[in-house]
Formats: sequence, C-alpha cells, structure tokens
Amino acid sequence: MHEISLLESVLETLETQAKQQGFQQVKQVVLEIGALSCVEADALRFGFEVVMKNSLAEHAELVIIKIAGQGICPKCQQQVLLETLHDPCHHCGSFGVTVLQGQSMRIKELIVI
Amino acid sequence: MCGICGCGSSKLSPLKPHHHHHDDKHSHSHAQETHGERLVRVEQDILAKNDGYAEQNRQYFQQHGIFALNFVSSPGAGKTTLLVATINALKNTRPIFVIEGDQQTDLDADRIRETGVAALQINTGKACHLDAHDIGHAVQSLKVPDNSLLAIENVGNLVCPSSFDLGEAHKVVVLSVTEGDDKPLKYPDMFHAADLMIINKIDLLPYTNFDVDRCIEFAKRINPAIEVLQLSATQEHTMGAWLEWLNQH
Repeated sequence: MHEISLLESVLETLETQAKQQGFQQVKQVVLEIGALSCVEADALRFGFEVVMKNSLAEHAELVIIKIAGQGICPKCQQQVLLETLHDPCHHCGSFGVTVLQGQSMRIKELIVI
Repeated sequence: MCGICGCGSSKLSPLKPHHHHHDDKHSHSHAQETHGERLVRVEQDILAKNDGYAEQNRQYFQQHGIFALNFVSSPGAGKTTLLVATINALKNTRPIFVIEGDQQTDLDADRIRETGVAALQINTGKACHLDAHDIGHAVQSLKVPDNSLLAIENVGNLVCPSSFDLGEAHKVVVLSVTEGDDKPLKYPDMFHAADLMIINKIDLLPYTNFDVDRCIEFAKRINPAIEVLQLSATQEHTMGAWLEWLNQH
C-alpha cells in the first residue's frame, strides 16, 4: 500500500501550500496519474479519505485525471499508445517501446478556501 | 530539526502564480470563487520530496566515491544470502557497508554483522519500502567512508520500492528460480526500474519448471537494456560474473 505513503506526501504538500498561499481548507484536490505509474486510482481513492481525516483536506473531493501511456518504438520510430510497460508496438510488434509519457504522478491543482 | 536534511522544513518549490487559465479537462465554476474559493495551481510531482532527498544522496555518493546499490526482490529471493556471500568474497578488497530494510526485526542486519561488516537496520513499520530520507540518515549514522560499496537491501516487495529513488547508482532486482519465470511480466515496474537482474538459486533449476530463457525474454520486453546474471549465492563457484560486475562498476 504505497498509495498511503504517496497520499501522505500529498498531504504534506497541501500543508506547505496552505502556509505559502494563505488558505485554511482544501475543497478539491486534482491529481494527474499516468496509466503506467504504479498506483491504482481505486487504492488512492480508498486511502484519500483515511489520510486526509482530521486535516485541512478532510471531506475534500479527489479528482483523478488519467494520463495515457505513450511511447516511441525503437524499431519503426512510430508513436505507440501503451497500457502496460510490456506492450509491444502495435505498428510492427516489437517489444522494448521507450516510454515518453504516462509514468508520472502529479498534484495538478487545488480548490481552496 | 535535522541538520542534514532539515526534517520538518519543506523542500518544496514555490508555487507558480495563478493565471486563471481554465483550459483543463475538468471544470469548476467562477461562481465558486466569489464564495471565497479559489484555484491554486501546484503542478508538482507527488514524489518530489523523496526525489529531492534522492538527488542529495546521489550527489553525496558521487562526491565521496560511494557506489550505492539498491537490492530489490520479493521476500525470500535470497538478497541477504547474496549480500553475505558478496561481502565474504570482497571484504578484504574494499570497504563495504550495508543498510537493511525490513518491516520488523534486526535479523538481517545481524546476519550481515556476523561477516564483520557494519550494518544498519531500518524497520519501516507498516511502510512497504525504504525512502530516500531514511537512506540519507542511515548513511550519516553508519559514517560510510569514501570509496565504499554501499549495499541497500530494500524491503522484500516487488511493487512499492520501484517508485522510490534512493539515490542509488543502480537498482538490482533479485529473482530466484523457486519463483515463477513470469515475475517480470507480473511486476513490470520493478523490472523497468532495475539495471541488473540477478537470477538466484540456479542450483535448484533441476527441481523447478523455471525457464531461464523465458524469464530473460520477459524482462527484456519491459526493459531491453537490463543486464542479466545467473548465480546461486550458496555456491561460491557461481559468483564470478557478479563479482566481476561489481569490480567493473
């Protein structure tokens, strides 16, 4: 359950931002989660309520924007959509597609009071 | 507060100004802002804090000639046995230090200390991985001297440790032949993050249906650049290629 550790990092960021930006309460947290990152959106949703309890983000809404996995095929040089890290290139069938996008996990923005 | 990393103080980058662009896929109404709600753009990696500590560790290792390896595997793949055998082979040739990560107990650090090498045990409690902040403190606490080999044995877990950079030179994933040869496909993140895969317990191959070629093919599907070594940490004569790899790095 490293989702809990990740959410604790999110909470630390919220607390830091609250000091820097002068807000007391977070109403909504928007995360961008890559399709190839090793977190499950459902596990994040499950853990979010637990980790944010008794914090400035208690009862905040969690919005998860999924970022598609994209890569480039080392053989045919075409762009490839990836659902997993071991998908073959759907143009030529080669494995070992270089990942360009979809592994990141970002805090995009917040709605605060 | 800690003088090494400033525990408790934030390393987070300052926020970008709020430009009021509303070009994102999700929407929120301006009316909300009239009720005291506002949008704060953060645009920050969730792992930014860990990655910041990892970068500090990496710079420290580079400045001090410390060669740090992060050993990852499922529980029972033989990481500690591999480390003990490696230490016994190399301890008279270079300084070696070990950081052991487990949820509970000092048992692994005790096994390492029996070789005469200093080891620090980190108990992660409920956490399923070591993080870069743990490692920064452990290195200071162990007083790792310049030009050492630093072996970090992560918590036995093929999932979570793949996300947490510790500042190591390489992740080394250990996979034993008593596990399935399809582990790379089942846990692709770890094999994507690792630079070297050690297939361990090869002396047991006759008693398993583990297909070495198939395992390597699966690992290379995910990570074409991954290097592969085969050995049995309990059989000294199989350790040569691994010790040579260490000497060359």
